[in-house]
Amino acid sequence: MKKDMICISCPMGCRISAEWESESDITVTGNKCQRGIIYGKEEILSPRRVVTATININSSWLGRLPVMTTGPVPKGKIDSLLNKIYKIHLDIPIVRDDIIIKNIENTGIDLIATRSVKT
Amino acid sequence: MKEFKFDTLVIGGGSAGMAAALEVSKRGFSVAVVERENSMGGILNQCIHNGFGLHHFKEELSGPSYAEKFIDMVDSSDIEVFIDMTIMDIDENDKLKAVYGLSKLTGMVKFCVKTVVFANGCRERNRGSIGTPGTRPSGVFTAGLAQRLVNMEGYIPGKECVVVGSGDIGLIMARRMTWVGAKVKAVIEIQPYPAGLTRNIVQCLNDFDIPLYLSHVVGDIHGKDRVESIDVIPLENGIEQKEKSFNIKCDSLLLAVGLVPDNELAQKIGISINPETNGPIVDRQLMTGKDGIFACGNVLHVHDLVDFVTEESSRCGRYVADYLDKKISPIQFRTAPGQNIKYLVPNFYSPSGDNKFYLRTLIVKNRAELILKVNGKEILRKKLRHIQPSEMISFSLPPGAVDCISECKENTLEASIV
Repeated sequence: MKKDMICISCPMGCRISAEWESESDITVTGNKCQRGIIYGKEEILSPRRVVTATININSSWLGRLPVMTTGPVPKGKIDSLLNKIYKIHLDIPIVRDDIIIKNIENTGIDLIATRSVKT
Repeated sequence: MKEFKFDTLVIGGGSAGMAAALEVSKRGFSVAVVERENSMGGILNQCIHNGFGLHHFKEELSGPSYAEKFIDMVDSSDIEVFIDMTIMDIDENDKLKAVYGLSKLTGMVKFCVKTVVFANGCRERNRGSIGTPGTRPSGVFTAGLAQRLVNMEGYIPGKECVVVGSGDIGLIMARRMTWVGAKVKAVIEIQPYPAGLTRNIVQCLNDFDIPLYLSHVVGDIHGKDRVESIDVIPLENGIEQKEKSFNIKCDSLLLAVGLVPDNELAQKIGISINPETNGPIVDRQLMTGKDGIFACGNVLHVHDLVDFVTEESSRCGRYVADYLDKKISPIQFRTAPGQNIKYLVPNFYSPSGDNKFYLRTLIVKNRAELILKVNGKEILRKKLRHIQPSEMISFSLPPGAVDCISECKENTLEASIV
């Protein structure tokens, strides 16, 4: 099997292709760095994406708190994660990198604040 | 009127302004940054998606985190920041420049400064800029405004939307609208190729099966009070095929149809503008045609990565410090865009100094070559794996690289892509 794709690990957007006989033996070509191999294999086995969103906060200074996952989460878990995020209501102060949700659905990935809000 | 004295005044506290101010301050000069909003960070504050900082910080950040890292550096420096303040005018007749700022807190204040850095970014083109016909209902937003409403203020501008323009802002907003529960029915692009970064086509459109109509335009907007639908017309060889037009029902239209450097103030004081970038014409040190007035970031030319804005603006800050140190600037000659190049920044280079350039190509090509020529002689050839108009290309020219300077010739550096 062969699949052409575009590596999205960084803005370079390398055009890579993955070839495989079995899922344990995937060869990636066209990548300019190591991340391309990891991306190519994962895109076949279990595609993942980093999720960013905003959360309701009690602040007079900022309407919504920006948050981000510390790594890519499986695509199938994104909808339930977003639903959970939209139900949260946080009090300030919040410091950048504060953990908002720990170990999202046992993925080992956390959801963190990406901005500090003091007032 | 209250008066302040500084060596440098930076207009704009976004990624460009902060990077420039930090470099000037590091060299021991007094710097003020004037920011219109209630906090620094500029457009980064509404760009809550990831992908920032891979070049500069070697880690993947959101826009607000990237901004906050710089805000922390500014806060722990000697830079003075004036937030909620707008610059109204500049008098540069004397050796000292008088810059007038207005804020609710201070009223009108006067900054007496030796140098000014324009770092005030760009604006969005809007419906008027692309001349879209139809009624004038509510529901037509520029994509950046929609982004601010959703990400900072917590309002969702529509439930069923169509995005016009496949630049990065349009693509990012297509994903954001999907993630906040809206249905994105289509992205319409006038060009035959996507205008945004490839990674954004993959993760913002393909992931959600959002159709991308290349070589299509919006022919009409329908709806009395609110947008009800739009007509989409395919183009063939640039000509509208009206008989093939189709209708898409939607309640909102997000326009991501380009950005223009915000140069009203620069033009008002007589700074010459490059018609290809809509930013000021600058020399090797990013100084405009007016002595002591510099420009960097999106007000100079629209960048696609903030990391490049930081690189360019840090360099601009060092050039400002060199100017304040009265370092003699090396002799400079013109640069010119050649074949397949839309623009080349800066507009001057120096054979005896370091030169860094940014350019945008007009073509999409794999395995292209960048060729630099001076007086008809080839001085550099560089292989480029893949080029497209949406991806900025940069290159450097070290001192001594140009060895064919002649007193009786123009010595213009011409860059072309084949």
